[in-house]
Amino acid sequence: MTTSSTPHPPRIRSAPSPRSRGEGRDEGHSRRFYAQLAFTVLVCAFLVVPVVLSVLAGLSQNFFVGVKSGLTLRWVGQVWSLYSGTIFLSLALALECLAATLVLGVPIAYVLARRPGRMARLFEELLVLPVAVPGLATALALILLYGGWRGFRASSLFILVGHVVFTLPFMVRSVLAVMAAMDLVTLEEAAASLGAGFFKRFFGVIVPNARYGILAGALMVVTLSVGEFNITWMLHTPLTKTIPVGLADAYASLRLEIGSAYTIVFFVMIVPLLVAMQWLSRERAPALAGRK
Amino acid sequence: MMRSAGARENLLLALLALPAMIVFAAFWLLPMARLVSVGASGPRGPAAYLAIVTDANYFASLVSTVTLSIGVTLATLVVAGIAGMFLQRNDFPGRAIVVSLLTFPLAFPGVVIGFMVIMLAGRQGLIGTVTDALFGSKLVFAYSIAGLFAGYLYFSIPRVILTVMAAVEKLDRALEEAARSLGATPWQVLRDVVLPGLRPALISAGAICFATSMGAFGTAFTLATNINVLPITIYTEFTNYANFSIAAALSLVLGVITWAALAVARTLAGSTVAAAA
Repeated sequence: MTTSSTPHPPRIRSAPSPRSRGEGRDEGHSRRFYAQLAFTVLVCAFLVVPVVLSVLAGLSQNFFVGVKSGLTLRWVGQVWSLYSGTIFLSLALALECLAATLVLGVPIAYVLARRPGRMARLFEELLVLPVAVPGLATALALILLYGGWRGFRASSLFILVGHVVFTLPFMVRSVLAVMAAMDLVTLEEAAASLGAGFFKRFFGVIVPNARYGILAGALMVVTLSVGEFNITWMLHTPLTKTIPVGLADAYASLRLEIGSAYTIVFFVMIVPLLVAMQWLSRERAPALAGRK
Repeated sequence: MMRSAGARENLLLALLALPAMIVFAAFWLLPMARLVSVGASGPRGPAAYLAIVTDANYFASLVSTVTLSIGVTLATLVVAGIAGMFLQRNDFPGRAIVVSLLTFPLAFPGVVIGFMVIMLAGRQGLIGTVTDALFGSKLVFAYSIAGLFAGYLYFSIPRVILTVMAAVEKLDRALEEAARSLGATPWQVLRDVVLPGLRPALISAGAICFATSMGAFGTAFTLATNINVLPITIYTEFTNYANFSIAAALSLVLGVITWAALAVARTLAGSTVAAAA
């Protein structure tokens, strides 16, 4: 087995494909297969090892000594006493952001799906701009325009508007992808011919049919809101700290074990969301594949 | 009769679109317009927008950010190209777990990624401990440009691997087999068949990777606030020197650069583009 310190392109050509599995198995896995496997495992280790280390650090008495110093929940307890406020604020913001993007995003996605064309394309392009420019620019812009409005600047509402403009395009695109694949006109005509008014059609036919897009968008919005740092760091005040803001704080000023324990808290919040997203994309892979 | 029904429907659609339009205009378009005008209102006037090339400090910052981002992009494309191709074309025990593990870091904010680099290459990090045990000297590079490179690689690799896997899945394998049966070496198949087929995906993934690296703030903020990359320069101008006009102008120029890179990505791939780190 060769290690691939300098990955040479020819290795990309892979070992037996599933289709030619029969021939491939006769000769066994080639050297190239193992070299690529080793390389891929190495890449995976680069991503996973630090996560494992930080979990261990957050649970051990003294990370410098190692796990043999004993496992403890002491650091997690300290995180709770120092930063529980950030956890509640992040959760509240994520839910408020979700509510806002649902109320704003689902109707606009429906309009864009019903009236496709140049105007719709243009509006979609505009809507995605807060994702395309760095969060720092969005945050500076909000501060320069609304920073003088003290009550607003000091409240968590200020962070919320930053999160809403940043996450809205994800909700709109996710819902729009599903709605564009639906035959909205036929569905609505059928419902209308049975005497359903607009609101009955919207909530009884359109929304249920677009549920996977809405659910995927919702998971994305909550995940992004909980993890958002670039905008939030500029918009927060000492009284409105979210988890990523608290993390930056803890990394800069507290011992490694506390930073690690705090990171564990973040992982615990984010993992169920990621698992749900993976499950959803497996469940409805074709419907969410996106518009081409 | 028909026309009035149509008019009513148009009114209804307009009403449905209105809330999102108002929020977007009030909390993004108007603030951005303000940012543009503040950028031109400093002592330099509209020339502030050129400061990024005329001022030696800002230009150095631009050059180091662009160099770092291009380096990260190229390294990511090679690493993720090999791993993505391998994962899509081969089955082995644990493959599904490896693929899910790869998607996990996608949701990490920049600060957490910075911390991951500290875990790996910081003062108490793994690499330092191992090199200390082996060679008696600690290798610590988390707080330098090499640490930034590692961090940007960390958030770019998962994204690009997933894109590569999706693109490899769509390749027509008959073309490769045809080339092989005509006597092409593996290297020729790669160069003349596989890479051209993957080109749109690689360019698009590369552009996303570049744009994300250009604008990444959290990772640099955690690792070193004295490294001269553009987001840190903007942050320092704004917070430490209260130099609002320069901060506004620089952040707009940076925004135009990342937007342009992503626009290239989208025309080539037509996919949703997320630059969250």
